[in-house]
Amino acid sequence: MINFVLLISRQGKVRLTKWYSPYTQKERTKVIRELSGLILTRGPKLCNFVEWRGYKVVYRRYASLYFCMCIDADDNELEVLEIIHHFVEILDRYFGSVCELDLIFNFHKCPWPNFQAYYVLDEILIAGELQESSKKNVARLIAAQDSLVEAAKEEASSISNIIAQATK
Amino acid sequence: MALNPFSSGTRLRDMIRAIRACKTAAEERGVVRRECAAIRASFSDNEQELRHRNMAKLMFIHMLGYPTHFGQMECLKLIAAVGYPEKRIGYLGLMLLLDERQEVLMLVTNSLKQDLNHSNQFIVGLALCALGNICSAEMARDLAPEVERLMRSRDANTKKKAALCSTRIVRKVPDLAENFMGLAASLLKEKHHGVLISAVQLCTELCKASKDALEYLRKNCIEGLVRILRDVSSSSYAPEYDVAGISDPFLHIRVLKLMRMLGQGDADCSEYMNDILAQVATKTESNKNAGNAILYECVETIMGIEATSGLRVLAINILGRFLSNRDNNIRYVALNILMRAIAVDTQAVQRHRVTILECVKDADASIRKRALELVFLLVNDTNVKPLTKELVDYLDVADPDFKEDLTAKICSIAEKFSQDKLWYLDQMFKVLSLAGKHVKDDVWHALIVVISNASELQGYSVRSLYTALQTYSEQGSLVRVAVWCIGEYGEMLVNNVGMLEAEGSITVTESDALDAVELGLSLYPADVTTRAMCLVALLKLSSRFPSMSERVKRIVSQNKENMVLELQQRSIEFGSIIQRHQSIRSSLLERMPVLDEATYLMKRASTTQASIPAYKPASAVTPGDLKFPNGLAKPAVTPLADLLDLSSDDATATTTASTTTAPSDFLQDLLGIGGTNLPTAGAPSSASTDILMDLLSIGSSPSQNGQLVPDLSLAQAEKKHVSAAPQLVSPVPEPVDLLGSLSSSTSVSGTKSATAVPQAVDLLDGLSSSTSVSAGLEDACPSITAFQSATLKITFDFRKQLGKPQESTIHATFTNMSSSTYTEFIFQAAVPKFIQLRLDPASGNIVPANGKGSVTQGFSVTNNQHGQKPLAMRIRMSYKVNGEDRLEQGQVSNFPPGL
Repeated sequence: MINFVLLISRQGKVRLTKWYSPYTQKERTKVIRELSGLILTRGPKLCNFVEWRGYKVVYRRYASLYFCMCIDADDNELEVLEIIHHFVEILDRYFGSVCELDLIFNFHKCPWPNFQAYYVLDEILIAGELQESSKKNVARLIAAQDSLVEAAKEEASSISNIIAQATK
Repeated sequence: MALNPFSSGTRLRDMIRAIRACKTAAEERGVVRRECAAIRASFSDNEQELRHRNMAKLMFIHMLGYPTHFGQMECLKLIAAVGYPEKRIGYLGLMLLLDERQEVLMLVTNSLKQDLNHSNQFIVGLALCALGNICSAEMARDLAPEVERLMRSRDANTKKKAALCSTRIVRKVPDLAENFMGLAASLLKEKHHGVLISAVQLCTELCKASKDALEYLRKNCIEGLVRILRDVSSSSYAPEYDVAGISDPFLHIRVLKLMRMLGQGDADCSEYMNDILAQVATKTESNKNAGNAILYECVETIMGIEATSGLRVLAINILGRFLSNRDNNIRYVALNILMRAIAVDTQAVQRHRVTILECVKDADASIRKRALELVFLLVNDTNVKPLTKELVDYLDVADPDFKEDLTAKICSIAEKFSQDKLWYLDQMFKVLSLAGKHVKDDVWHALIVVISNASELQGYSVRSLYTALQTYSEQGSLVRVAVWCIGEYGEMLVNNVGMLEAEGSITVTESDALDAVELGLSLYPADVTTRAMCLVALLKLSSRFPSMSERVKRIVSQNKENMVLELQQRSIEFGSIIQRHQSIRSSLLERMPVLDEATYLMKRASTTQASIPAYKPASAVTPGDLKFPNGLAKPAVTPLADLLDLSSDDATATTTASTTTAPSDFLQDLLGIGGTNLPTAGAPSSASTDILMDLLSIGSSPSQNGQLVPDLSLAQAEKKHVSAAPQLVSPVPEPVDLLGSLSSSTSVSGTKSATAVPQAVDLLDGLSSSTSVSAGLEDACPSITAFQSATLKITFDFRKQLGKPQESTIHATFTNMSSSTYTEFIFQAAVPKFIQLRLDPASGNIVPANGKGSVTQGFSVTNNQHGQKPLAMRIRMSYKVNGEDRLEQGQVSNFPPGL
């Protein structure tokens, strides 16, 4: 199972964390610090796996972002690389291009853009296990939920318009 | 909108912009602090309209790593709201800010239950996702029926989410496994890949959680799995699931994994899978990562199940291809499977030894580490020497970071196969020379223990270490071991004692030996342990090389003003020994008694958890009961502690007062007087300064207080053991300092009581360290049968030394009368307090059956009330017969009179 997912920038800034096993806030900070030190310092040609506290961390770099997933010792590392890629491709399709700034600061797309990455992840993993291997299906589900939010917003604004007109 | 002067002004977008514009971390913290204050104020004002935005900000702040726990209750409120947007962000916040261990989480159970029953599938999805990611055992129990119902839902997305949510529920509450197994098996008949993947994972989890579920799934879903795998692996191009030309590698891999669980230890199941596994192993393209991921899983499954030999060969061949692949990822996983394959087929793995050894030298730390572990498993009697040589050679050029791991592994390989002591010592000397800086303390401690036991190699050791020291003096632990050996075996160094055939002779003068120790002092000005060892070595050399005394004194006295109390004290006291007490010096500074290897190993194994097989059969000690009077309890200082322990194997030395050694202390425990701490036990259990106490406590054993010989000039020792004080009878009104200069430098807390020492007189009378022990022995008594049962016979032979009526050397012979061999034979003996006993190691720990051959063990007893009380002893023998533990005990009361 995947114990946690981290997105870290090349400078060591955390862009996304998702924990499927319980870690306290303190442990989380420590884990992130330890792993940034381990992963960011590795050379480009080395393998994508780091052994850490009896677990394995599979990482892959896309532009200036490191996608890291921590798995159990007997999980399939090569498959996790594919899961990371799966995630990135879906994000890519959703955002257009996945560089670090897009994930965090793309506030033209929707009101809480940086959470979209979480929503996408929640459609890919549950309980640290893969739930959907079809990119198309994930994209469709996210789009449906986004439109639900949009609809609710429109409704809210139209109601407030009605109220505003009524109270004029 | 109610305008809060702080919060309403900044929208999420503005906050992000403000944070982004921060030039320094301090500035960023300032912005975040202001925002958090505003959010808290807004929460407490219960501003409905801003709730949404506040949560968004909060999560953004959380992501930056700032504390956000004050937002937890707000998440619960959002979840309880009606609209989808509120719920969506509420659940996101819940999963980010909370985990299963927070009490607050229980409050959400009710909302979750309502949402699981909601008509909107996306709201149901949110609830399932949250439950699957963070639910606690309690919640899992409460909501399991809801989730079970949702697995029957018509919507595929709800079904897959419910199945994964069940995975977590089963992880948290394994007894719920049976509730889910029927449903999980039925989901395997679906077409939707998401549902299939989720269901396969749920089945895998069920197999782990319950034996019944495993059996059920073996019966009910093996056919389904084979069908799924066949369909997906032979399906035509499906763009939706295509990864690098392979259709849904994720489904492949998960099915293969579940097959492994089902096939493990079940021949029928395994046979059923053979064909499809062979098909996957041969047909899968291996030029892309996705294909290799499938092959990797497939090989693991073949290794895991009861596969046919043909299939195994196929798997091993794939492994061989992996290992020679240029992609580091592939090589890494190859090493990984080899590690597991070694249990199945050692020969196949041995074939790749050369490649694996190459991987130890890889540039990639992950690969090196994996390969090193694998090499460690591959070592056996036949290949240990070439393998170790490779590793030692590599040590020279290895990454500094890697050296610690590497040295630890080399040393443990060397220890594991150390039947050839000379080879072991050579390897250790090489490791110390090349990477002495990176060697852990316990490794060089163990080396000293081995050297001390290998009497025929001590000369060789000290000469090799001396030579190595000339070149590699920057390697800390090499210096320590070398200095210790020079101190102990200095004369062997100078006189080339015990030359081995292959050894070239070297010329070392007494002054050269001293230079070497002085070098240690000068190179490690800040290392207290090394310096302390140097000082002890110097002191010992002053007795080995009397002509060098003056120079030793000069060097030792340089530390008189050292800021470290330990060194200062040593310097002053040692100076005094060299200068003023020449008559006792030679016996005081005799060679260390042989360190008890078995005791040391057991202690070490229990502290380091390393599996180090004993070098030789254990003597009469078992782990757990030991008190380690040798001071081995604290390895960092122990070699020093022992230096001054006067007990030695020489029969004469046992007449000095501190005769208590490990076994006899253990025996005290046996007799049930373990609570009393023998003051002479030479047990510097904590501070290394205890050594000095031992030095000063020569002969203050309470058992000898009965015979006082007042010889005030020398026979008084200062006693600092507070615990011992009550037991000491002090015949002298005022304490007299043996070492006058000491009192000025140390003011020791606790009571000082002086006591006269009876046998120190012997010592001071010029006791010669007799090496011809046997010459001084006479046969005084007939042999006895100490113990006889239907299965075991023990006889004692006695020897007495002339002029020492209280001492006897006993030679015990153990004979096995039964028809099965005894293994792990251990003899233990206990004596009353007035007797002191010291056991030597036994000749073996296996007693052959039918009285053919026997095991012998020597020990010596000292009856401190000789002539008043007879010898008595209780004995216990433990051993194994066909792996079963046996225990026999008895009392020996038929000792010949006069012992």
